[in-house]
Amino acid sequence: MKVAPTAAVGSRFPGEGRPLPSRVVSAKVSLRQRLAEIWQSRELVAFLIRKELKVRYKNSVLGFVWSFLNPALILGVYYVVFKYFLPNHVLLFAIYLFAGLLPWNLFNNSLISSAGVLVAHAGIVKKVSFAREILALAQVGTAICYFFFQSCIMVVFLVGFQVVPEWKYFPVALLALICDIVLSAALAVFLSAVNVYLRDVQHLIEVLLVALFFSPPIVYQFASVAYKLSKHHLLWIYTANPLVVIVLSFQRFIYGNVAPGDTPNPLPSYGEAWYFIVLGIVLLVAVCLFLLAMVIFGRVEGNFAEEL
Amino acid sequence: MSAPQTAIDVQTVSKRFRLYKEKYTSLKERILHAGRVPFEDFWALNDVEFEVRSGETLGILGRNGSGKSTLLKCIAGILQPTSGQIVVRGHLAAMLELGAGFQPELSGRDNVFLNASLLGLPRREIERRFDDIVAFAELEDFIDNQVRFYSSGMYVRLGFAVAVNVEPDVLLIDEVLAVGDERFQQKCMDRVHQFQREGRTILVVSHSADVMRQICDRVVVMEAGKVVTVAPPGEAIRAFRDCLLAGEVPVATVPAPEPDSAGTAEVVPQPERRVVINDAVARHSGPPGRSYLVPGDSFRLTLQFQVNEPLTNVAFGCELYSSNGALMFNCDSAMSEMRQIHDLTPGQYRVEFDFDQLPLLDGAFTVNARIQDAGGGVVHARLEPAATFEVVNPGQTTGTVALPLRIELSQMPEAGSATAVAG
Repeated sequence: MKVAPTAAVGSRFPGEGRPLPSRVVSAKVSLRQRLAEIWQSRELVAFLIRKELKVRYKNSVLGFVWSFLNPALILGVYYVVFKYFLPNHVLLFAIYLFAGLLPWNLFNNSLISSAGVLVAHAGIVKKVSFAREILALAQVGTAICYFFFQSCIMVVFLVGFQVVPEWKYFPVALLALICDIVLSAALAVFLSAVNVYLRDVQHLIEVLLVALFFSPPIVYQFASVAYKLSKHHLLWIYTANPLVVIVLSFQRFIYGNVAPGDTPNPLPSYGEAWYFIVLGIVLLVAVCLFLLAMVIFGRVEGNFAEEL
Repeated sequence: MSAPQTAIDVQTVSKRFRLYKEKYTSLKERILHAGRVPFEDFWALNDVEFEVRSGETLGILGRNGSGKSTLLKCIAGILQPTSGQIVVRGHLAAMLELGAGFQPELSGRDNVFLNASLLGLPRREIERRFDDIVAFAELEDFIDNQVRFYSSGMYVRLGFAVAVNVEPDVLLIDEVLAVGDERFQQKCMDRVHQFQREGRTILVVSHSADVMRQICDRVVVMEAGKVVTVAPPGEAIRAFRDCLLAGEVPVATVPAPEPDSAGTAEVVPQPERRVVINDAVARHSGPPGRSYLVPGDSFRLTLQFQVNEPLTNVAFGCELYSSNGALMFNCDSAMSEMRQIHDLTPGQYRVEFDFDQLPLLDGAFTVNARIQDAGGGVVHARLEPAATFEVVNPGQTTGTVALPLRIELSQMPEAGSATAVAG
């Protein structure tokens, strides 16, 4: 819709021969235009992310430090709980858990905050013209920022526990991260649009996410599920869940070197190739979902200003 | 400038709103009422079509609910038209609400960046213009304070400063020129004029006819989602007044040269009264068929009346009121300037009130006429209103009264050399 000028705006005068970018407002906007517009608004996304980061801990004494303190404290709690209160047989369970929590939190934070984002920003949506998907995407961006803060804490803990990640699987983890982001963005865009019409979504998604939290092996071990399911040849159903694949990839990279040979390994024994193939499929599906979400968003966007 | 190009092309745009009798937004209610949510279609815009030429200032005038703001939102891309399309050439910025999207928790500085970015300004440009924006808003001392500590005046000033400093090719303004104190308003007006000089296109929505007259080249008048007319301000404002009048209880038709259309305030002949006004006709000196006056037209009100019994000391008077009820003029023939007092025998008479060159500038006016005792104590007959008429100013001056004004500039001779020049 909108075509932002790329040249310096102030130095030109309209109608001086240079063709001006034109823009069509109508009920139908092509997907390519939508994507182009988002790309042109990338600076706005950056501003919105900065705003989110600034606002969240504004007026607290520690301020921005909380972004790091929060995951550190959570990891500390898990360590204490699973070391002394609920001991299990997994070595360094805190690391195992946190490896799974990293991609999960990205997914979880994106969806929770983006579901209500259009309603929360009704003032902008009703008065300013811009690609509204950006609001949802900025929430995903914010979740990505928190992902990196948490990763920093993860690194500190890895150093503290003298754990070396399995570097061979770094590309796998990177691909998994991309899958995680695209999948989160697809659902975030979709949910934010639906929530304008159906405000239940905002509340429903919180419950759904709690249930969904237990679908990938974050607090339990892959082996325990795999053992039961593979007896009925149903393991493929479990691994068809993109979240399972993403979480497994992260665990493989971060935790892969922890379990020595004599203890039962909580991770599956799949090789690199399996991860790449499955993640490739996940990425393909996620991209399709994202494009679909954009199309749906475009269909319903026209009525946002009325519905809010 | 070369041939004017189209900056905004509005092509048969319609916009439908669904007015739901009840709004079901929760899942339970949606399921319970699936497929039978009562609603009414409301066409806020109906085949609206016009174009704005590049560099032109176009006003959209209409009363509340006529669809002018919906149209502006469609052009801004906030609403999508149900059918039709709008083509906008150039970078567009819309001022629909000042400071929309300001985050109270953030500082003024951060909000400037966020807001300007929302309006489509690249970061580099924002940095370059940041000082201008702050200076324009006069908030140098407070720019790093959180916006939630701003007064409402500071808030809108910052909002306006950001919006005008985006320097768009096309600027949309919705009733936001009336912000801040008088001095700041003047500053905003100056900026609008500067935009005009720079050849930018401005589309302004207002229901203030004066703003329209001051800044617009052409005005679109809207009524019930349709374009009534696209015309120069003077003519358009008259059409707008017609729309306003049409919606109200008709007072009296605009006096046209045809005798029947004037003075519809019916005078029922009352034989028992001493004086009965039978007819009132208003005429102006303009071309026949024109239903309004322009400043300087002459205006003549003719009364026909019947005297039933002999009367002495009769005077004729009239009052002229503006549409807001202010008395503009009051006079009767017994006053010292005219000193016309008549003794009348029974019969038919005609009296004429002749305004030679009516120095009215703009607005709707009402004339009342009366036949009275010269002392003023008794009003024998009265016609109220005797006529209503409109004066439409084709020029750009505003106000109610057309005062003859000449402005002359002359250079002062320098002291001492005056005689030398003269010699």
